[in-house]
Amino acid sequence: MNDRKLPRFTIWRAIFAVLMVAGAYATYLRVRYGLGGVTNLSDQFPWGIWIGFDILCGVGLAAGGFTLVAVVHIFNVERYKPILRPAILTAFLGYVLVVLALLFDLGRPDRIWHPLVMWNPHSVMFEVAWCVTLYTTVLALEFAPTVFERLGWKKPLDWLKFISVPLMIVGVILSTLHQSSLGSLYLIVPHKLYGLWYTPMLPVFFFMSAICAGLAMTIFESWHSSRAFGRQLELPLAAGLARVLAVLLMTFLFVRFLDLYQRGALGLVRENRTETWLFGLEIVLLAVPMVLLFRRRVRWNPAKLYGCSVMVIFGFIANRLNVSVTGMEAGSGTHYVPRWTEIAVTLAIVALGFAVFRVIAQYFPVFEEHHEDEARAPQKVREIAEEGIPAGVG
Amino acid sequence: MSKAILYDSTMCIGCKACEGACAERWHLPYDDKVAAEPRLSAHKLTAIQTFGEHYSRRLCMHCAEPTCASVCPVGALHKTSLGPVIYDAEKCMGCRYCMTACPFQVPAYEWNRRLPKVRKCDMCYDRQRAGQPTACAEACPTGATTCGDRDALVAEAHRRLAEKPGNYYQRIYGLQVVGGTSVLYLSAVPFEQIGLRTNLPQQPLPTLTWRALEAVPDVVSVGSVLLGGIWWITNRRDEVARAEGGKKR
Repeated sequence: MNDRKLPRFTIWRAIFAVLMVAGAYATYLRVRYGLGGVTNLSDQFPWGIWIGFDILCGVGLAAGGFTLVAVVHIFNVERYKPILRPAILTAFLGYVLVVLALLFDLGRPDRIWHPLVMWNPHSVMFEVAWCVTLYTTVLALEFAPTVFERLGWKKPLDWLKFISVPLMIVGVILSTLHQSSLGSLYLIVPHKLYGLWYTPMLPVFFFMSAICAGLAMTIFESWHSSRAFGRQLELPLAAGLARVLAVLLMTFLFVRFLDLYQRGALGLVRENRTETWLFGLEIVLLAVPMVLLFRRRVRWNPAKLYGCSVMVIFGFIANRLNVSVTGMEAGSGTHYVPRWTEIAVTLAIVALGFAVFRVIAQYFPVFEEHHEDEARAPQKVREIAEEGIPAGVG
Repeated sequence: MSKAILYDSTMCIGCKACEGACAERWHLPYDDKVAAEPRLSAHKLTAIQTFGEHYSRRLCMHCAEPTCASVCPVGALHKTSLGPVIYDAEKCMGCRYCMTACPFQVPAYEWNRRLPKVRKCDMCYDRQRAGQPTACAEACPTGATTCGDRDALVAEAHRRLAEKPGNYYQRIYGLQVVGGTSVLYLSAVPFEQIGLRTNLPQQPLPTLTWRALEAVPDVVSVGSVLLGGIWWITNRRDEVARAEGGKKR
């Protein structure tokens, strides 16, 4: 491809190759020796980072897809349209990778389809399984126009346009359901999950934080693609999202502390335990970018904006790992540190996500101006360049 | 008639005959090494534990409203009317949510198998259906483990508490914990001193997730109307603006 033009990519490719080889070897070990041979999971601690990171973070970080669909098509804020397609692609790849990760984690991956035929409506996991299956289908259909445009298929395009509105509404509802349900999974362990994280509000918190993570991912990914493809960063759009993100983070943190206070769990932060420090890390990684993103100067500075989005993403990851690992250790009476093979599989899946995104973005019109009304976006950038930052935007 | 097991810690001599009988019934290897393992595992479905001078026994509690059965996405676990909570390995896809959720940390996994299953005590469902006692109760030489109808065992437990009040901590474990279990414990000391969880609620745990799941139909119905409405309004506004703009031009 363009490794001759861009030598810095060879380093990334070397890293990618190493991760792929390690991942492939770990996959072989997983198949050959079973879960016990490649993970540090135990009867006391049956869920590790494949659930805590690959599933919980994977789904949450893909939340930008439904958030932007809702913003652009349902709330009709059309100026965000240029970053809608990359957000949908991120979400679609995210979900495909979540399913891939699930194949590693399930004891019997050959039975991944069982929840679709063997129902138990009392199980949160059953609901999540259905929502993820349906929503991945919705995302495939939402991304399909990009593929059809490239192939020049007119008929299917018209057909998809016809069902697009109900499809988008279904997608937003399915996302609302399972993003929150991933939190509901932990409602059943009041005796195990540490007081800083266990709350009846878990589903609401998972939903709110997923939207924050989704927006941060959209900014993150638009910054990266602007560099990779030598395009202009859609700064007015990214800055606009960042302002929304700051407000959402503030709301989330406010409700989070209100809940801790009302449950009388706030005193736990005074205890000198691992949980306290990792809770602090999670809060700092969300509160610092919140404060910074309230400043216009930060929002309109690509590097600072990017830094803030990375912090929010790590804060979100810290939260999910705290719920699934940190908070569960004491109650389970054990200590869990992932084995290298668990980490290798996780990193390989993440790397695969980046690579596939890049390849698709290169060959399909993900970033192209594909509708007449989007011609406004570059226009806006020019206006800003001439007149400075307009009031009301960002 | 719901079956149950009564384990009286004060009568247990720690001979582990129950462990051996259980292993035999499941065709699991049992030797001194396995006997020395203090924990439940995929090859040890009941375990005698020592706490100072007291013994305790671990096995599936066979909850009246089992958490494991409620969380299983494929319904591989269910509470039978006879009392035992049984597992259907053919349905299980190995998500291990039952293991995460079980308040007693009972289900164990065959971590090192390529086609693994969850393993746990099934209160000798087949034997009980045929009217026989569980293997552990049959093997117990002192009567520390007995099995029978739950109501009768609860009455028997109360009788023992009343008869020798000095010998017992005056509670029955399993009567109300997480909505009641089909395994009942008597002990000389408070239950946390023989390794039983006492921080569990009285209400069945499945109600905690059901409260969230109950909201699903509301989210779907209210959500779709709301989103549809918002879409209609915002698009209508645009259409009107476009139509009016067109006229002006």
